Amino acid sequence: MIPLTDIGQLAERYDLVVVGAGPAGLSAAARAAELGLTVLLADENPAPGGQIYRAVTTTPVKDRAILGEDYWRGADIVARFERSKAAYAPRCTVWALGPDEAEPEIFEIGLSLDGKARMIAASQVILATGAQERPFPIPGWTLPGVMTAGAAQIALKGAGIVPSGPTVIAGCGPLLYLLASQLAAAGADIVAVLDTTPKRNWSKALAAFPDFLRSPYLAKGLKLMAQTRRKLRFVSGVTGLAAKGEGMLASVTVERGGASETITCDTLLLHQGVIPGINLSSAAGCDHLFDAEQHCWVPRLDSWFASSVPGIAIAGDGAGIGGAESAALRGEIAAFDAARRLGRLSKPDRDQQAAPIRAELERRLRGRRFLDLLYKPALQFLAPKDETIVCRCEEVTAGQIRDTALRLGVTGPNQMKAFLRCGMGPCQGRLCGPTVVELISEVRGTSPAETGYYRLRPPVKPVTLTELAALPQTDASVKAVVR
Amino acid sequence: MSTGRASADVIVIGGGIHGCSTALHCALRGLSVILIEKDHAGRHASGVNAGGVRQLARHVAEIPLSNASMAIWHNIAELVDDDCGFTSDGQVMVAENEADLANCRARVDDLNLRGFHHEELIDAKELREIVPAVSDDCPGGVISRRDGAAIPLRATQAFKLKAQSLGVDVREGVRVTKVERDGANWRIVTDAGDILSPRIVNAAGAWGDRIAADLDEPVPLEAVAPMLSITAPLPAFIKPVVILRGRKLSFKQFGNGTVLIGGGYLGRAIRDENRTILDWAKLGSNMKTVWDLFPIMRGASIVRSWAGIEGRIADDLPVFGRSAKHEGVYYQFGFSLHGFQLGPGAGAVMAEIIATGRSNVPIDGLGIERFAQAH
Repeated sequence: MIPLTDIGQLAERYDLVVVGAGPAGLSAAARAAELGLTVLLADENPAPGGQIYRAVTTTPVKDRAILGEDYWRGADIVARFERSKAAYAPRCTVWALGPDEAEPEIFEIGLSLDGKARMIAASQVILATGAQERPFPIPGWTLPGVMTAGAAQIALKGAGIVPSGPTVIAGCGPLLYLLASQLAAAGADIVAVLDTTPKRNWSKALAAFPDFLRSPYLAKGLKLMAQTRRKLRFVSGVTGLAAKGEGMLASVTVERGGASETITCDTLLLHQGVIPGINLSSAAGCDHLFDAEQHCWVPRLDSWFASSVPGIAIAGDGAGIGGAESAALRGEIAAFDAARRLGRLSKPDRDQQAAPIRAELERRLRGRRFLDLLYKPALQFLAPKDETIVCRCEEVTAGQIRDTALRLGVTGPNQMKAFLRCGMGPCQGRLCGPTVVELISEVRGTSPAETGYYRLRPPVKPVTLTELAALPQTDASVKAVVR
Repeated sequence: MSTGRASADVIVIGGGIHGCSTALHCALRGLSVILIEKDHAGRHASGVNAGGVRQLARHVAEIPLSNASMAIWHNIAELVDDDCGFTSDGQVMVAENEADLANCRARVDDLNLRGFHHEELIDAKELREIVPAVSDDCPGGVISRRDGAAIPLRATQAFKLKAQSLGVDVREGVRVTKVERDGANWRIVTDAGDILSPRIVNAAGAWGDRIAADLDEPVPLEAVAPMLSITAPLPAFIKPVVILRGRKLSFKQFGNGTVLIGGGYLGRAIRDENRTILDWAKLGSNMKTVWDLFPIMRGASIVRSWAGIEGRIADDLPVFGRSAKHEGVYYQFGFSLHGFQLGPGAGAVMAEIIATGRSNVPIDGLGIERFAQAH
């Protein structure tokens, strides 16, 4: 691995640029470099690991039991990458990806590192930008003291910080249990775990249960659930949540079985699963589909994780949620195909070398469907009550969105922007997009697939005017049209 | 899509601000109207432009139409029941040096001779009063005080909704594939059935040349992709829209603090795919101009850049008026990156021409015959 600390150290052009240093990106970059490709791995974090293995080489949390053995497995993936000849640019943000104007078969990539921007070229691109937490809008979720479970996990892994004071964790999904157990082990005062998994999901998920029985998740999952339930106060069947407080969080109100309870707490951690982060792939022009079972937008990919844009592949959870172990395998498979596209690997060689990895991937994904069906969030948490703020950047409520969709006949999220500005803030719809689509679909009686999603625009991550102003400029006519 | 009626007094092709405005004004005159739009109203140039409502620095051939439009903009809510986000804080053209200022002076003198007084020369002192943040070296400029800005997609939607409320049949997601004579009528062939009408208005924007070519009236139109960028909110520091005399720049701060940066730098338009590709080197030049002119902007975060698909005609003027060849065919497209302000007025004038055969607003120099003569 060749670490790069200054944007000037990047080459003009790489065979392959991989975006994101989680398990998928690390494995893709390592495999591609092993196959002889010139590779750049660009990642916005200071150290490799992505979200799941965040700071695995640098974390101050040294007691291995706190984060669990699965976390430490990330060290092997990083070690393999470090042995490769790939270039590695940490703290480096990719903010644009598109075809090169001069050479359409080449990609032009905009990156920033340490306050300086640059455009470089790549023949192939693998996006391994992973997942984001599904927005979980409840009344009061913008109060200080309410944060996502993922944000709490970043603080724990990166800096060894746990929330102080009574803490409530609420939501659904396998990661909810993992986080509860990690935080409890690290010393957090978890006063309740509120499970919002809809009871009726069990009957739907049962059809997929036989596969789950043969899944590697099963034993781990059951152990985690049993531990969490034994050690912590666990409340299932939660149908309503609201964060309360004047200026900051004071309590959370819980509805369950027609009754209501108020729990005093300093911190509320919300989580209702993860969904692919599609901002970069959308802005790059890749097609996306709505996956009804995972209930989220996913890129349209072939069996090598190639997107609809030739030369761009998407690996890891960004390709559809599959978990950390499948992410690493997907990264490898995408790397084999990148080598084949560059003519460094024949088709039969690619197929043969990828075969065992593909078999392992299939095994790892077994049982996933059961989890998707079981932990699909309840409708009231996807399309919240009218008073709930949905777009945090522009402070737009669910009621405003419903009203505008109904009264003005707005059929999609892009038109909604014109009236309410939702999705036009710095987060580019990451925090409101899925909810806005859900609300418009509800009002119009359409499916999310019919409603569509925001057209996403670069820069996918904010970049300063000064950085752009310093880009090398062509002598394009800067003169105004003279009247 | 439902097919609905198969004929109307007028068929408008294109659901941009021009098509919607013409449809609305035709309905106000009692005509039955079907409007056909291949995507949704305001999907392209009308919905994603900079929102400038500008008389400043217009070609003299457009000024009468622009004047008619400005009168409507200042009472826009009376027409469409929505203020369209219109604010009027003026637009200022900044001279960056003495040569720019001399050109500005000549321009204002020329307009005054022609009887137009909406543009006024301002000196360095007044420029600084109106735009305190501008760089100290700028010696003056021109102001058009009634100018301003609106929210483009909201305005276009407002025209559409009002037109619908007056009975206009708006068919979105329907594509016109052919236009042909059918006895006394025009037959509009669409992917959702045929429609007949004695009158058609081609307001198809960046696609308008195709319909014109179908009617054997070719127009030198290029589909272009002017790029715009917007920043994260900054403290309020500028009220009017600013453009430059010498370099390409259009600059506007909204009430919420975000700043829109444009000026007509072009990306690439792929009109058959409804897609645009940005050119970062040119956006770099765009940002460098802002960096030079407004030191306060240097730390601003750019949160989004985009481009719309617009139709630009070789002489930078729209095609507006009757067909030179066919009875019942009217043209209203190719506004060449400056059509948004003209929409409300152009629709009123077009409806007047359709309904009465004439208009008092001069449109000399905008007709399609200017291309026929060249052959």
